[in-house]
Amino acid sequence: MTQKQKRTLGRIFLSAALLAAARLLPTLWLPGALPLVSVSHAAQDGSAAFSLAPWALYLVPYLLIGWDVLWKAVRNIAHGQIFDENFLMALATVGAFGTGEYAEAVFVMLFYQVGELFQGYAVGKSRQSITALMDIRPDCANVERDGALLQVDPDEVEVGDTIVIKAGERVPLDGVILEGRSTLDTAALTGESLPREAEAGDDVISGCINLSGLLKVRVTKSFEESTVAKILDLVENAAGKKAKAENFITKFARYYTPSVVAAAVLLAVLPPLLGDGDWSKWFHQALVFLVISCPCALVISVPLSFFGGIGGASRAGILVKGGNYLEVLADTQIVVFDKTGTLTKGVFNVTAIHPDQCDEDRLLELAALAESYSDHPISRSLKEACGKEIDNSRVDGVEEIAGQGVKASVDGVEVWVGNDKLMDAAGAAWHPCHRVGTTVHVASQGVYLGHIVISDEVKEDAAQAIAGLKTIGIQKTVMLTGDAQAVGEDVARRLGLDEVHTQLLPADKVDQVEALLRERTGKGKLAFVGDGINDAPVLSRADLGIAMGGLGSDAAIEAADVVLMDDKPSKIAVAIRIARKTLSIVRQNIVFALGVKLLVLVLGAVGRANMWGAVFADVGVSVLAILNAMRALRAGQGAE
Amino acid sequence: MKKKFKLTDLDCASCAAKMEAAIQKIDGVHSATVSFLTQKLTLEADDTRFDDIVEEAVRVCRKIEPGCVIQR
Repeated sequence: MTQKQKRTLGRIFLSAALLAAARLLPTLWLPGALPLVSVSHAAQDGSAAFSLAPWALYLVPYLLIGWDVLWKAVRNIAHGQIFDENFLMALATVGAFGTGEYAEAVFVMLFYQVGELFQGYAVGKSRQSITALMDIRPDCANVERDGALLQVDPDEVEVGDTIVIKAGERVPLDGVILEGRSTLDTAALTGESLPREAEAGDDVISGCINLSGLLKVRVTKSFEESTVAKILDLVENAAGKKAKAENFITKFARYYTPSVVAAAVLLAVLPPLLGDGDWSKWFHQALVFLVISCPCALVISVPLSFFGGIGGASRAGILVKGGNYLEVLADTQIVVFDKTGTLTKGVFNVTAIHPDQCDEDRLLELAALAESYSDHPISRSLKEACGKEIDNSRVDGVEEIAGQGVKASVDGVEVWVGNDKLMDAAGAAWHPCHRVGTTVHVASQGVYLGHIVISDEVKEDAAQAIAGLKTIGIQKTVMLTGDAQAVGEDVARRLGLDEVHTQLLPADKVDQVEALLRERTGKGKLAFVGDGINDAPVLSRADLGIAMGGLGSDAAIEAADVVLMDDKPSKIAVAIRIARKTLSIVRQNIVFALGVKLLVLVLGAVGRANMWGAVFADVGVSVLAILNAMRALRAGQGAE
Repeated sequence: MKKKFKLTDLDCASCAAKMEAAIQKIDGVHSATVSFLTQKLTLEADDTRFDDIVEEAVRVCRKIEPGCVIQR
């Protein structure tokens, strides 16, 4: 609790005690008449007696609890802000005081302050628990300069610097481990509670916590480019991308207060003018309207629910870039997957070498050399399998043909490395392989040399991911891949996907997604999940782009709307579940808050609601809506 | 130019919405968001008059919620 809140709490207790005292106190007799504050009675013997007027007693707790509201109301009117809640509360309670309802006036003000206090406290707490999740910003970096260790701001570290990370410290920048071995806690980034082993040569991501050993890391990205800065940026901007429900509420609030106030004026003036009852009765009823006219419950609880949902998702290692994407996620009907790196690990291993014209080593060496400039996972596995240091100078004239392979000149001899389409283009007489996997054909000067089979492993949770989507009612799961038909169909069958399209070029993937977009029905949405290699156009074409954050390329993370930090496809179902829960909480809050207010308005209009009910409809509902909104933060728990 | 400011003692959600609307109306402001939850103002405005615009934003906010301070 802040200092301000503690003071308010003290005032509440004191004022409540004074209110109780004023209620319980017997009539106070005065020795004589006092102007304004005394009431005269005719005593039994006929002489005049004087007692203290009750309003004077109630005025003390009223001013004690309400002075700041009254003051703010006056000040805001001076600033031209008429319809603010302070003004409305001041008018309502002063009105009640004026009509002789002293105790009610004090109580309403008291309850309003209790509600405000609780509301402020609850919002503060929720904000804290959400921001705590995002507390991944590193404070400093230990950088090695001229042999000495300096503590500097992560901003000042340059790419190529060597930093030292001690046990218990947060990794400040992305880099590669030079020395040391340790376990890293990645929970803040991926939601994965199991620590990860890391040793020399491994990449480390900023934001992780070094749990055990000392690590020497060569920085590969500047702070702004590092994972941690990107995530923080995403999350902070997420609050700016408003969901439809949020925009609705903002617009609604703009009209709600003036209309209720107008209704209150009508209620106070019209019936007495028409000769129905006295002025004070209707005036009192109109005051009830004023108390309910603040749209606070909605204005706070709806964005808070979305914020909570985004916070809860990030705790599960899912970054959602805005409340609007939670809405799309909740309506997802079709999920389209890229294969490599999404459903499979994207780690390729050479599983067979079938030379036709030369020996195995030669075939592998040629392929590795030709692919030496590429960073594609297949090229990396070729280079790895080759085992030798690749001498780039032996290669020139490299030409990458998207979706097919590469053409290069190795030691001055033309070499083609790629799939069957490329072989046709090279005019080589290729033949298919009986092994399931990605077949890399090699040809040189029109002669077919043989092929290498590379297979990719399916992720452990891929089948579970598809099954999970089925369980939560996703209508269709589709896999798109540039891979050969046999490989794609084999994977799709094992995982239980509904549809598979193979041998697609990046542009074909966009066409396929366009076709699938036409299959949506009603509000249904299409989500595309990719790892980012060649995926950026498809990611932005789909209703919702989901990217793999760990393996994925920066371009994909930028183009995507949702990023899965731990690369687990099973998190998609979790994300959808969180989104649906958040949306249902938002709907509950809108219906509940509007429902209660409307009910009290109607009851108030017919004279059935008193001011106590009105205060509940205002602050009570706010508090309940805030508590409900906080459930969104925990939406991701137990979902795995 | 885009800049973020921290807001202290912003304790009313509808005031935040009002501030946002008021700041957006200031001449030269491209976009402005006042987030009640992160207690932050994100302001994007003309480079040349940025300081004046911030000054104006501070004035507008003081009018709506006098207790709230934009930290510069």
